[in-house]
Amino acid sequence: MTLLSRINELFKKELKVVNIGITGFRDDLKSLKVPVIHVEFRPPAGGNTKLLSILKKLK
Amino acid sequence: MVKEIVIKKNSFFDSVMLMTISREVKNIEGIKEAVVVMATDFNKETLKNVDMINDEVLEATPNDLVIAIKAENEQSIEVAKNKVEEMLTKRTQAQGSEYNPRSLEMALQMIPDLNVALISVPGIYAAEEAKKALEAGLHVMLFSDNVSLEDEIKLKNIAREKGLLMMGPDCGTAIINGVPLAFANKVKRGKIGIVGASGTGTQEVSSIITRLGGGVSQVIGTGGRDLKAEVGGIMMTMGIEALIEDDETDCIVLISKPPAKEVMERVLEKIKNTDKKVIVHFIGADLSFAEKYGLETASTLEETAFKAYEACYGKIAKLPDEEEVRIDIEKIKKSLSANQKYIRGLYSGGSLCDEAMVLMKKRFPRVYSNIALTEEEKLPSKDQSIQHTVIDMGDDEFTRGKPHPMIDYTQRVERILKEAESEEVAVILLDVVLGYGAHKDPSSELVPAIQKAREIALKKGNNIIFVISLCGTYEDPQDYRKQKEELERAGAIVTTTNKRAVEIAMAIVGD
Repeated sequence: MTLLSRINELFKKELKVVNIGITGFRDDLKSLKVPVIHVEFRPPAGGNTKLLSILKKLK
Repeated sequence: MVKEIVIKKNSFFDSVMLMTISREVKNIEGIKEAVVVMATDFNKETLKNVDMINDEVLEATPNDLVIAIKAENEQSIEVAKNKVEEMLTKRTQAQGSEYNPRSLEMALQMIPDLNVALISVPGIYAAEEAKKALEAGLHVMLFSDNVSLEDEIKLKNIAREKGLLMMGPDCGTAIINGVPLAFANKVKRGKIGIVGASGTGTQEVSSIITRLGGGVSQVIGTGGRDLKAEVGGIMMTMGIEALIEDDETDCIVLISKPPAKEVMERVLEKIKNTDKKVIVHFIGADLSFAEKYGLETASTLEETAFKAYEACYGKIAKLPDEEEVRIDIEKIKKSLSANQKYIRGLYSGGSLCDEAMVLMKKRFPRVYSNIALTEEEKLPSKDQSIQHTVIDMGDDEFTRGKPHPMIDYTQRVERILKEAESEEVAVILLDVVLGYGAHKDPSSELVPAIQKAREIALKKGNNIIFVISLCGTYEDPQDYRKQKEELERAGAIVTTTNKRAVEIAMAIVGD
């Protein structure tokens, strides 16, 4: 299996979507009966940008 | 005048939804100002500017919701607060009894065979979410903007190693297996595959193809910066490879703003040896290079769609809505005052704005813009038009902390009324983009604005002309024909392609 064919494999599969962000996009997909799961996103590190950049550096 | 600020700790809602709530509350009688936002630094600035800040707001985090209201009296404040509660509750209830996971990891535990992540969180968090999704083996559609170029390159390199789609950042549209992701129209499935680095350009082409009766196999978005030298066209190259291998695709269409020269050559090298028909449209670029490779080129989005259709489906029997061309330009010209000389284009789609600029530059020596082609044509202030001006109102300087103009017409309506005050304006040129993700009923916002603008002009003895290009398909949720009728009833000239709208606007103002 070549790496590239992962995109072509997707073309032959049913899309199963995880929606992270705008709820409206989830609603549109639902209205089309597309399987979709919505993540209740919360800004990491309590939204503290300083802490976030420190955490990023630690990774 | 009374004001009240309420903070709800740890209640995160997405910005589009909060903007809808803010707008509804502002419309309540007796309400002077309403700001419902997450307490980010940027939003704290906004609150400060409208004098609705206190220590509690300053200490709040981006996970805390701020409801700030100014009103004539306590009673209106109560009504507004109840309205906010009602809308927030309705939103939560709409999610029904469904359990929403808190993270991608949890979502994957619930549905292990997820294959696409659609990500639209604020830019500052977006790259991290996209990286997690790619590492979990998911294809990514990254709608978020304000992601650094450095992060984009990192993400695309991960995607290339894994053979995954990494569409974006700032990717407005994609249609995979007929499923629209983010902003996209209801297009038919068919034989034309598109790789687009420009969102509304791609929507325009796929919509025109559908209205002609053709269809698309796949629409792969790359994000606007993919063809910059730094990124090197990673996603466009991978998209081309996938479409060359795809049995459903007979014809491949490439759409982009002018790419970096070395990137353009790399992309075209990739595609020149396929047996499939290829149509290249790089808005405003010198296309001789593509012809050198023996590739078919098109100079407008409309022509791109027509050529792609004919390559796959044979001759176009009848152009859609031919009655458009029977507009009596001479009669319109006579109705204008001597001072009315200029076109003001107020666009929600960046690629459509680019196309308008390129077409107008062929006729007029100068076309001013916030995204101008040359330094001397750059508007000193985005809020002040000069002579012939076309503005991309979806550009970052308009959308920071505000919804995209395809979702929310507030900024465009304000600008329409401002332009109508000018004695020099003959034509207000607009795009209206329909489809998933876009405003549910654009004509409901634009019709009153058009009527009001025409009244303003009439008081000065002027007749202001509206020319609107309507991008979408007959099957879009907003009902294409109804939108067209409503706008025409308000006196606007409505065209089915952007090129025609621009040409009509130019014909009206003459040379």
